[in-house]
Amino acid sequence: MALYVLPIFLPLIGSLISGVLCRKLSDRQAQVITCLLMGTSAALSIVIFHNVILDGNIQQIKLFDWISSGSFYVDWSIRIDELTAVMMFVVTSVSFLVHIYSIGYMSHDAHIPRFFSYLSLFTFFMLALVTSDNFLQLFFGWEGVGLASYLLIGFWFKKPTANAAAIKAFVVNRVGDFGFALGILAIFLTFDSVSYDIVFNAAPDISGTNFVFLGHSFDVLTVICILLFVGAMGKSAQFLLHTWLLDAMEGPTPVSALIHAATMVTAGVFMVARCSPIFEFAPIALSVVTFFGATTAIFAATVALTQNDIKRVIAYSTCSQLGYMFFACGVSAYSAGIFHLTTHAFFKALLFLGSGAVIHAMSDEQDMRKMGGIWKMIPLTYVMMWIGSLALAGVPFFSGFFSKDIILESAFAAETGLGQYAFWLGILAAALTALYSWRLIILTFHGKPRADEKVMAHVHESPKTMTIPLVLLALGAILSGYFLLPMVSEYHDFWGTSILVLPEHSALHDAHHVAFWVKALPTIAAVIGIGLAYYLYMFRPDLPPKIAKTFRPLYLFSYNKWYFDELYNYCFIKPAKYLGYGLWKQGDKALIDGIGPDGMANAAVHIAKRAIKLQSGYVYHYAFAMLVGLAAVITWFLFSRS
Amino acid sequence: MISTLFLTQLQILINEAMTEFSAPDYLPALPEIFLGGISLILLTIGVFVGNRITTLLTWVTSLVLIAAVVIILSLNINDQITFGGLYIADTFGTFMKCLVLIGGAITLIMGMSYVKNEGMKRFEFPILILFATTGMLLMISANDLISLYVGLEMQSLALYIVAAFKRESIRSTESGLKYFVLGALSSGLLLYGATLVYGFAGGTSYEAIGNIIESGDLSLGLLIGLVFIASALAFKVSAVPFHMWTPDVYEGAPTPVTAFFAAAPKIAAMAVLIRVLIGPFYDAFDQWQQIIIFISIASMVLGAFAAIMQANIKRLLAYSSIGHVGYALVGLASGNEEGIRGVIIYLSIYMVMTLGAFGCVLVMRKRGQMIENINDLAGLSRSNPPLALVFSIFLFSMAGIPPLAGFFGKFYVFMSAVNADLIGLAVIGVLTSVIGAFYYIRIVKIIYFDKPKDSFDKPINIEITATLTLTGIITAFFFAYPSPIISGAAIAARSLLP
Repeated sequence: MALYVLPIFLPLIGSLISGVLCRKLSDRQAQVITCLLMGTSAALSIVIFHNVILDGNIQQIKLFDWISSGSFYVDWSIRIDELTAVMMFVVTSVSFLVHIYSIGYMSHDAHIPRFFSYLSLFTFFMLALVTSDNFLQLFFGWEGVGLASYLLIGFWFKKPTANAAAIKAFVVNRVGDFGFALGILAIFLTFDSVSYDIVFNAAPDISGTNFVFLGHSFDVLTVICILLFVGAMGKSAQFLLHTWLLDAMEGPTPVSALIHAATMVTAGVFMVARCSPIFEFAPIALSVVTFFGATTAIFAATVALTQNDIKRVIAYSTCSQLGYMFFACGVSAYSAGIFHLTTHAFFKALLFLGSGAVIHAMSDEQDMRKMGGIWKMIPLTYVMMWIGSLALAGVPFFSGFFSKDIILESAFAAETGLGQYAFWLGILAAALTALYSWRLIILTFHGKPRADEKVMAHVHESPKTMTIPLVLLALGAILSGYFLLPMVSEYHDFWGTSILVLPEHSALHDAHHVAFWVKALPTIAAVIGIGLAYYLYMFRPDLPPKIAKTFRPLYLFSYNKWYFDELYNYCFIKPAKYLGYGLWKQGDKALIDGIGPDGMANAAVHIAKRAIKLQSGYVYHYAFAMLVGLAAVITWFLFSRS
Repeated sequence: MISTLFLTQLQILINEAMTEFSAPDYLPALPEIFLGGISLILLTIGVFVGNRITTLLTWVTSLVLIAAVVIILSLNINDQITFGGLYIADTFGTFMKCLVLIGGAITLIMGMSYVKNEGMKRFEFPILILFATTGMLLMISANDLISLYVGLEMQSLALYIVAAFKRESIRSTESGLKYFVLGALSSGLLLYGATLVYGFAGGTSYEAIGNIIESGDLSLGLLIGLVFIASALAFKVSAVPFHMWTPDVYEGAPTPVTAFFAAAPKIAAMAVLIRVLIGPFYDAFDQWQQIIIFISIASMVLGAFAAIMQANIKRLLAYSSIGHVGYALVGLASGNEEGIRGVIIYLSIYMVMTLGAFGCVLVMRKRGQMIENINDLAGLSRSNPPLALVFSIFLFSMAGIPPLAGFFGKFYVFMSAVNADLIGLAVIGVLTSVIGAFYYIRIVKIIYFDKPKDSFDKPINIEITATLTLTGIITAFFFAYPSPIISGAAIAARSLLP
C-alpha cells in the first residue's frame, strides 16, 4: 500500500517542507529535499507502472472517509489502474526532470525555495487528480493544479504582466470549472453518487433517459458529458477557452514545460478518457469533442505560424497538439489520445526546456527576431531542439510519428463527417506544425546573428543540471513511441477496464486497416512543411515579409490570434467592467452603502444626538420623565383593559 | 389604684403577646444578622478610633462580605420562610446574594487606592457599603412588601451618602443629591403601589397577593399597584424611562462608588424585580410582560444609541449598563424557567465584565489626576499592552463577541426569548447589540490604533491588577468551563418558579 500512496504524498511533503521553512532553508537544501522526494516519487511510479501494466495489479485503496452527509458520501481513495499508472509515470518523470532543470534555470532567482515548493505542490495536486477515485477528488486535484498554475504563472509577482496573466488564467479556467462543477452536480443528481465505479456501472442504464429543462428535453448523459468537456476545454486550453495559455508563458520556462505543456493542460484529455464509460453513451458529446479538438488543432497551428516569441510558438503548438488528443477521444480512440499525450509530454517538455536553454543562453531574450546564428555556439541545445521538432512534426520513427499517425488514421477510419473534418484539418495542421517548427529552428539558430554583440558574446551552453534533463527527455521523445506502441496496438489489451470503447465505435481498430495513402499523408505533410520552412526562411528570407504584405489581412488575423483577445475584451471584459463599475458606484456606494451602512450610521448618530439632549441635567426633567413613563404605562393598561 | 389597674392590664397584654408570638427561626437570616451585627461593631470601633484605620476597616469589611458568602453557601437553605412570612431564604436568593456580596467585596478592594488618593479616606465609607449590602440582602430575601421596602430603603440611604462621599467635589455632591431626590420619588412610587396592592389584595405578604391574583381577581387597583411597584424597581435597575439619574450619578459619583452601583445594587434590584414579578404577580404574567417588554426595548435602544456620543468613559458605561439591563429584561419577559436562568447568567457575566471595566477606569490616572475622557485611552496598546488587552477583552465581551463571556449572556436570554415566541424582541436585541458594538469597538480602536498620548501612571497597584486578572480570565475563558454559573443559574431559576 505504501508503494501506491507514497508517490502521491512525497511531493506534498517536499512542498510543505520547502514552503513552510522557505526562510530557514538555504536554496540548496530546498532544491535537494524537493528533488530527492520527487525523484523517489518518480522511481516508485515506474515500479507502479511495471506492476500495473505488466502484472495487471490494479488497486483501489481507501484512505479515509471524506464527506458523509445524507445520501452524499465521498471517501478519499486512490485508484491505480492502467490509465492512472501511465499518467503517474508521465507526471512524475517529467516533473522530476523539470525539478532538476530548474536548479540550473532558476539559479539566479531570489525565491528558490518558494519556486520548488510550488513545483512540488503542483505535482501533488496533479497526482491527486490522476489517482482520484471519484469526481469530487478529481475536482480537488483539478482546482489544486489550477491554484498551483496560478501561483507559478505569477511567480515573478513584481512583473505586472505576470500577475495579469495569472489572473487571466484563473478567470478563464473559472469558466471551464463552472461547467465542470455543474457536470459533477448533474452526475450526483443523476446517479446519486460521485464515485467512478457506481457512475460508470450505471451509465448504460441511464443512457437514453431525458430530463426537461426550460421546456426542452435533453439527454442526461449528453448534458453531463458536455458540461464535463467544458471543464476540459478550460483546463486544456481548447478553442474559445484557449486565451489564457498564451499569457501563461509569462511564468518561468520550467513551469511552461511542466504545467502548460506536459501535464496540467492534458488533464482535460485524461478526464475525457477517464470518463469514457459515460462519453461512449453520449455520441453527441463525442461529436462536440471532435469538433472542438479539430478546430483547436488547426486554429492554434495557424496562429503559431506568425508569432515571434519563441515560447508563444511552442505554446500554440501545445494548444494545437491538445486538439489532436481531443479529436482522438472524440472518435472513441481514447487510447490514441493518451498515447499522444504521453509522447507529447516528452517532446513538448523537451522543446520548452530547450527553448528555456536558448533563452538562458541569449540573456533572457525571447523574441526570435533578435536571435539567429547561434547553433554552433550551443550545439547540444540545437540538437535537442531538432529532436523535439522532429518528434513534434511526426517525422517517421520519432515518437510523435506513431502517436499522431494513429490519431489521424482513427479520425479517418471513424467514417463520419466530423471524422473527415478532423482528419483533413489534422493533416493541414500537421503541415503547418512542421512549418512553424522549422521556422522556429531556423529563426532561432540560423542566419545572421540579430542580437547585439554583448548578448552574442555571452551565448553559452547551459549547465549540466539543465542539459541532462534535456538529453533524458530527448531519449523519451525518440523512444517512447516504440515502447508505448502497445497502447494502441490491436494485439494488446493495454488498458484493461480503465477505458471503455463500445464495439460499434471501432475507429481505433479500423485505423490499422486504412488505405496506404492515409497512413502516408501525415508524413508527406510534415515533409512538405519542413521543406517549405527551409525554402522560406533559409533560402529566400525575403519572401515571408512579402507574403505577409500581400496577404496582410490574413497575416494580421493570424498574428493577432484570430482577434480572440480583442473579441473577448469587447464582448465580456468591457461589459463586465462597465457593469462592475456601475454596480460599485451606483449599486454599492450609492444604494447599499448610502442606505445601508453609511445611512444607518448617520441615522444612529442623529438619534444619539437627540437621545442625549433628553439628558438635560435638571432633576425636575428627570422626575417628569419618570412620571410620564409611569402615566404612559398606566394609561396603556386602562385602555387595553376596557 | 388606677395605675395598679393599668399595670395589671399591661401585664395581661404582655402575657398574651408572649404566648401568641414564639421566637422566630433566626438561622435562615444568619447572613443578614451577621452583617448587621458586624457593621454596628465596626461603626463603633470607627467612631472611637477615627479615620486612621480606614484601610484596615476596608479590608475587614471585604473579608466580612466574603465570610457572608461562606455563611450563605454553608447554610444552603432552600425555601424557608421565617419572621412571620417576612423573610424567605431560597436558592435563588442564595445565588443573587452571593453575586451582590462578591461584587461589593471586589469594588471595595479595587477602590482602596482611589479612596486613599482622592481624599475619601474616612472610616464611614466601608461601613456604609456594608450597610448598603446588608440592605440588598434583606430586599433579595424579602417576602413581604413591607420587608422589601425596609431593605430597599436601608440600601438606598447608604447609597445616597456614598454617592456624595467626595464632599468637596461639586459633581459628587450633585450626583448624591440627584440620586436622593429621584430615589425618594421612586420610594414614594413603591409605597403608593404597596398601599394600592394592600388595599385591593388585603395583605402585603407575597403569599396573600399571589393567592388573590391566582383566584383570578386581578382588579384595576391591583394592576395599577403593580405598575407603581414595577416602576419603582425599574428605577433601581435604571431601566428606561426611569433611568435618567444613571448617567449623571455614574459620572459624578467617585469611581469605586460607580463601580459598586453598577455591580451590586443593580443585581439586587433585578433580583427583587424578578422575585416580585415571578412570585406574587406570577399570574398577572400577561400584564407585566407588556411592561417588561416595553422597558426592555426602550432600555436596549437608548443604551445603544445614547452611548454613541459620549466622551466620558463613566457616562458611557452608564448607558452601557442601561443597555445591559434591557438585555437582562429580555429574559425576564420570557417569564419561564429558561428566561430566568438567562437573566441570572446574564447578570453574573455582566457583573464580572462591569467590575473589570471599572477596574480599567480606576487605572486611568495621569500625574496623580484621575481622568475619564475616552480619548485619553489613545495608544494604550503601546504604553501598557496588558491593560489594553484586558480592557479590550471586557469591551468585546460587552459587545457580545464570541467566544467571550458576554456573548453567552446574550445568547441565553435571546434564546429564551425565541423559545417563548418573543422573536421580535430577540431581533431588536440583536440589532441594538450591533449598534452597541460600535461604541465598544470604537474604544478598542482608540486603544489600539490612535496616536499614543502620554501613558498612565505606573505601577498599577496590586489590588486592581488582581481584580483585572481575575475578571479578565473569567470573561475570556468562560466558554471553557461555564457549567458552575450555568447550572447554578438553572437551579436558582427552578427554585423560584412555582
